Amino acid sequence: MLTPATNALVSFDNIGIEFDGRTLLSDINMTIHQGEIVTLIGPNGSGKSTLIRTLLGLQQATSGRIQRHAQMRIGYMPQKLHIDPTLPLTVNHFLGLVKGVKKQEIPAVLARLGINQLAKKQVHFLSGGETQRVLLARALLNRPSLLVLDEPVQGVDVSGQIELYNLIASIRDELGCGVLMISHDLHLVMAKTDTVVCINQHVCCSGSPQHVKEHPEYQAMFGVPGAEDSLAIYSHHHDHTHDEEGKVMPNDSHSHCNH
Amino acid sequence: MFDLLFRALLGGLGVAAVAGPLGAFVVWRRMAYFGDTLAHSALLGVSLGFLFEINLNLAVIALCVGLALVLVTLQKKHIIATDTLLGILAHSSLSLGLVAVSFLDNIRIDLMAYLFGDLLAIGTQDLYWIYSGGLLVLALLALFWKPLLAVTVNEELAKVEGYPVEAIRLLLMLLVALVIAVAMKIVGVLLITSLMIIPAATARKLSRSPVQMASVASLLGCLAVSGGLLASFQWDTPAGPSVVVCAAVLFLLAYSLPLGKSKNLTRP
Repeated sequence: MLTPATNALVSFDNIGIEFDGRTLLSDINMTIHQGEIVTLIGPNGSGKSTLIRTLLGLQQATSGRIQRHAQMRIGYMPQKLHIDPTLPLTVNHFLGLVKGVKKQEIPAVLARLGINQLAKKQVHFLSGGETQRVLLARALLNRPSLLVLDEPVQGVDVSGQIELYNLIASIRDELGCGVLMISHDLHLVMAKTDTVVCINQHVCCSGSPQHVKEHPEYQAMFGVPGAEDSLAIYSHHHDHTHDEEGKVMPNDSHSHCNH
Repeated sequence: MFDLLFRALLGGLGVAAVAGPLGAFVVWRRMAYFGDTLAHSALLGVSLGFLFEINLNLAVIALCVGLALVLVTLQKKHIIATDTLLGILAHSSLSLGLVAVSFLDNIRIDLMAYLFGDLLAIGTQDLYWIYSGGLLVLALLALFWKPLLAVTVNEELAKVEGYPVEAIRLLLMLLVALVIAVAMKIVGVLLITSLMIIPAATARKLSRSPVQMASVASLLGCLAVSGGLLASFQWDTPAGPSVVVCAAVLFLLAYSLPLGKSKNLTRP
C-alpha cells in the first residue's frame, strides 16, 4: 500500500510523441489512482500501445511529462509472448525470471490464477488463454502497485474474456493496486472498469463507461450502441473483423473522429 | 608425442566446455552471424599483435571487444540492417587482416593455422589462457545467469522489471568476444562459431530447461573435441575441421535417432 496523501499513481501531463515527423500522440492528460481501473480504448493505430510504452519507459515522450508515484511498482503484461523455440522453458522457469522473485512465491500466484497445472508445461505449448494467465502471473510476481495490461484478453473467447476481466477486478480488490489496460471493445470490459479513456492520437473523451458510451466522439468511432436493435443488451461494434482463428483483421472502413 | 596430444585434448576440452553455454545464448538470441563477424576480425587482431609486438591473445581479445563495442553503437543508430552491417564488418576485417599479414615480411605466419586452427600446436602458455579466460567466462555466466536469461527471454519485460538491459546485452557480446579470442587456437577463425552453435543446437533436442541445454552443450562439445582429435590422430586428418565434423555428426544423430524422441519437446 502506498502511503502519501495523494493516491494518484501516475499522471500524464500533456504527453506528446512524434516519430519521423509524424504525430503519434498529442496533449494526453490522464491520471490513474490507487485502486482504480482505467481502460484505454481506441481504434488500431490510435496510439494506445505507444502511450503505455511511454509509461513503462520503453519509449520516450517528445513533450510533456509523466509523474510517477515514488513507490510505484509496475506489473506489465505484454500483448504477446514470443520466446524463441530453441529456448526450452517451463512456466516455472519463465516466472522465476522476475527480478528479485523467490521460487516459493510462484505456486501461490499460480493457484490464485487457477493455473497450477501449467507449472511444468513448456511455454511454447500454452493456449491463448493460458498464455494470458501466465503473463498475468508474471506481472503479479513483480508485486505491482500498478498493473499495466496490453490487451489482456487477446486470443480468448467471449466467456473467457468475461472471466479474465472478473479476475483482474478481483485482483484489484485484493491488492488495492491501480490497473491500466488496453481494450479493443468497451462492451465486455465496461462492467469492470471505473474510468474509460478513449484515445485517437489525442484524448477524445473520458469518464465513466456510461458517459463515454454516450459521447458523440465515441459513437462516431465505434457506432451508436443499440441504435439498430432495441433488444440488444449491447451491440458489438468493431473497428475490425476477425478471421477464422479469431485474429483481428484491420478494417479500413471504420470512421475516425475528425476535428 | 603423447604430451602433444594431451595438451591438445586439454585445450580443446577447456574451450568446448565454455563454448557450450555461451553457444546456447548465441542460438537463443540468433547471434550466430555476430559470432562469425567477431571471429573473422580476429585475424586482424593477430596481425596487429605481430605489428606492435604485443601478446597475440591480448591483441585478439582487444580487437574482438573493440569490434563488439563498435557493433553495439552502430546497431543503435539503425543506419543499415544488422545482417548487412555484420556482413560488411566480417569480410572487410578478414580481408584487412589478410592484407596486414602480407606486410609482415620478416615474420612468417602460418595462415592456415589461424584460419582452421592448430590444436596440436597448443603450448603450455595457451593452456593458461584457455583456462583462465574460460573460468572467467563461466564465472560471469553463472553470476549473471538470471539477468542474462531474463533479457534473452523478453527484453521489454526485463526492462520493466528493472534489469539493466543494455548492460546485460553488452556483457553477453563481450563474453562471446572473449570466447572467440580464446577458442581461435583450437578451430581457427573460420570454424569457431560452429563449435558454439552446433553443440548447443544438438543439446536443444535433449533438454527441457535452459540450464540443462547449456550443460548438455558443454558435454557434447567435449565429446566432439575428443572424437575429432581421435580421428585426427587415427587418420591424420586436420584437427580443427575434424572436431567440427564430429560435432555435426552428433547433431545429425540427435535429430535422426529415436532416442531424442522420448524427451522430445514437440509433445505437449
